[in-house]
Amino acid sequence: MSEVPAAVLMKGITKRFAGVVANSAVDLEVKKGEIHALLGENGAGKTTLMNILYGIYRPDEGEIYINGEKAHIHSPKDAIKLGIGMVHQQFRLVQTHTVVENVILGTGNGVTFNEEEVRQKIVELAQRYSLAINPDARIWQLSAGEQQRVEILKALYRGAKILILDEPTSMLTPLEIKELLQTLRRMTEEGNTIIFITHKLDEVTAVSHRVTILRQGKVTAVLETAKTHKTELANLMVGREVLFRLEKQPLERGAAVLRVEGLEALNDKGLVAVQDVTFSVYRGEILGIAGVAGNGQRELLEVIAGLRPANKGKIFIQDREATYASIRERIGMGLSYVPGERMTALVPNMSIAENMILKSYRKSPICKGLFIDRQVMLDLAKRLIQEYEVVTPGPDKPVKLLSGGNIQRALMARELSQEVDVLVVAYPTSGLDVGAIETIWKILLSQRSLGKATLLVSDDLEEILTLSDRVAVMHNGEIMGIVEAKEENIEKIGLMMAGALKIDREQWV
Amino acid sequence: MIDFLVSVLTLTIPAGTALLLGTLGEVYAERSGVLNLGVEGMMIMGAVIGFAVTFATKNAILGIVAASLAGVLMALIHAYFSITLRVNQVVSGLALTMLGLGVSGLLGKQFIGMPLPVRLQPLNIPVLSNLPIIGEFFKYNALIYFSILLVPLLSFFLYKTNWGIVLRSVGENPAAADAMGVNVFLVRYLAVMFGGLMAGLGGAFLSVAYSPAWIEGMTAGAGWIVIALTIFSLYDPTRAMLGAYLFGGVRVLQFRLQPLGIPANLLNMLPFIMTILVLVLISEQAFRRRIGVPAALMQPYSREEK
Repeated sequence: MSEVPAAVLMKGITKRFAGVVANSAVDLEVKKGEIHALLGENGAGKTTLMNILYGIYRPDEGEIYINGEKAHIHSPKDAIKLGIGMVHQQFRLVQTHTVVENVILGTGNGVTFNEEEVRQKIVELAQRYSLAINPDARIWQLSAGEQQRVEILKALYRGAKILILDEPTSMLTPLEIKELLQTLRRMTEEGNTIIFITHKLDEVTAVSHRVTILRQGKVTAVLETAKTHKTELANLMVGREVLFRLEKQPLERGAAVLRVEGLEALNDKGLVAVQDVTFSVYRGEILGIAGVAGNGQRELLEVIAGLRPANKGKIFIQDREATYASIRERIGMGLSYVPGERMTALVPNMSIAENMILKSYRKSPICKGLFIDRQVMLDLAKRLIQEYEVVTPGPDKPVKLLSGGNIQRALMARELSQEVDVLVVAYPTSGLDVGAIETIWKILLSQRSLGKATLLVSDDLEEILTLSDRVAVMHNGEIMGIVEAKEENIEKIGLMMAGALKIDREQWV
Repeated sequence: MIDFLVSVLTLTIPAGTALLLGTLGEVYAERSGVLNLGVEGMMIMGAVIGFAVTFATKNAILGIVAASLAGVLMALIHAYFSITLRVNQVVSGLALTMLGLGVSGLLGKQFIGMPLPVRLQPLNIPVLSNLPIIGEFFKYNALIYFSILLVPLLSFFLYKTNWGIVLRSVGENPAAADAMGVNVFLVRYLAVMFGGLMAGLGGAFLSVAYSPAWIEGMTAGAGWIVIALTIFSLYDPTRAMLGAYLFGGVRVLQFRLQPLGIPANLLNMLPFIMTILVLVLISEQAFRRRIGVPAALMQPYSREEK
């Protein structure tokens, strides 16, 4: 046992949030002086695991060893004492304070501090790791990249030897990413250890020595980066077991019902999230959009639904331009949108029946002048509950009491009971159990056989391949290609998801 | 003319002192991210307890100490509800005000109309108090000097010390402070308790020093003016003093200006009008950032909330 003990060893970590298991018996070993990538999709439990290591959450089960010694980390203070630093995805900086004030927050023994000394030390650290920063600037004046440097300096100032970075590149420009990766390499040369949370395969291969892959709260593999490749990583990250095969009638391509041309849109941070996206969805087909979550899918759907303005480009529904149409106008044109966060489309405290008429309340027969005919409403709700197999004690119960699968069924029931020509669905089965997944899939396929056009976004490749006729792959806001939804195309799809393959537009199906 | 000005000014400082004490405390509480609308309740409790203890012990200092403790206890109720239980701060603060007004009325019934055997005596500062004209400014009681002394002290503490940075950070971004090992709950509890202490002091100042008597509801809305002044001061001790004296001056002028046809009600509105103007001013995000309105004001903090 002459080997150097691992910088971080987490054993059998389990963490539950209100019944949801975020980490399930996770083991993580990070060697001293390495850059260790923690790879997984959104919601795979990477951040939770690191928040446990940093003392923000307490694990329900499991043990942590730092440099071979058992550690009891009950708060960030304990973690800092053990030489652990963490840069959160959402920076934890006080916007109105200066860099100096942010760096010394919570340090120091006395009441007063020597500002000159602190400034000196910051400048020193900044030079050593090329993290150029003006110590007297206020945080809100700094760019995202500069703010990140302050976060790293904060950790270094506290003497961190083990640095956790949560999705460190998500807010950076390409140049800033390059600089960051260089800084990280320099830090490991000086004996520091880095844990790098990401869902981007490029970054794993570019910078890490080893990688631990998490899926749905469990470790699926621990690999040496040099001995693996992006496709394998992508499969380990998103791959799911085949649940069942559903019958799908062959498609006869109808008219284009939804057409998107050269669409560009910004995300909430004001960066381009969707660029030059062009595709059509035809009558009676399901077009699946595959991709690692966070590559612009959400923004794309929001633009189509009218929740987010388009920067450039055009949207046509049934050959009528809808680029600038209001949400209600789009609904009138036959568009229906089922968002990924299903609760945002429902009013949790209102009854199932009331939620089911949220779109039809202003039309006869439910609407009678100024009033709602409650009997008609309840009859409609009862019919939909039966038709869509919603399990509930009654239509008058608040929708928040339903389980995830039943919420999704109730939501689909509302959306599909309208006159719909285009159905836009995001992550329809995320977080659902097998039975619920099957019903939702059947509902979607029955819409297809009714001749509706469906745009389906999912990060579950199995779902995409089972349901869609064609698959478009999104990466970094762009469509990398559109291929037929066939098993033999899986490798191509995986490469496009990783951004390693781009198919010419002429070859799209 | 000079005589008139000096006489108004010398009355202004005592008239504004209860407001100053309360505002300094509320500035600290809100800097930590906790809005306490219970200032009126804490003040009136300070007033009644201060009066009662001074009455019983014939010692004004003991009365003042007891009043500040009463303020702290009242503040602890708000702290427990708003910080530990994460109840809506507005509701909890309003409840505290109503509680204070009710309990003080009950406790104070026996003291109505009773004269206070002792009061906080003026402290004549040697030499200075003998000067002509400005001599009047050096004949105040100790609590007034204490409140003035607190202004630079609290400013220094807030802006130039480790603990001040911690306090401001907790009010700006508790998650950031927590990630740096700061005990957010402890800091907020202490800040709210300090706010209670200062409100209690302010109340005692009214009943033991300024107008030594107990009258039900004698704070007469001073606690609400404190809330307004806290916003007006933009959470800064020095501007708090400015605001407190400005309104103290308005109160003094009320009686002098009434004969000139300026109604008292108009003057009474002044602190609130000024507050609205300040609110309009800070409605711009960039300005808010520069000034440092606590970004996490009224937001309960919980580590594991997703």
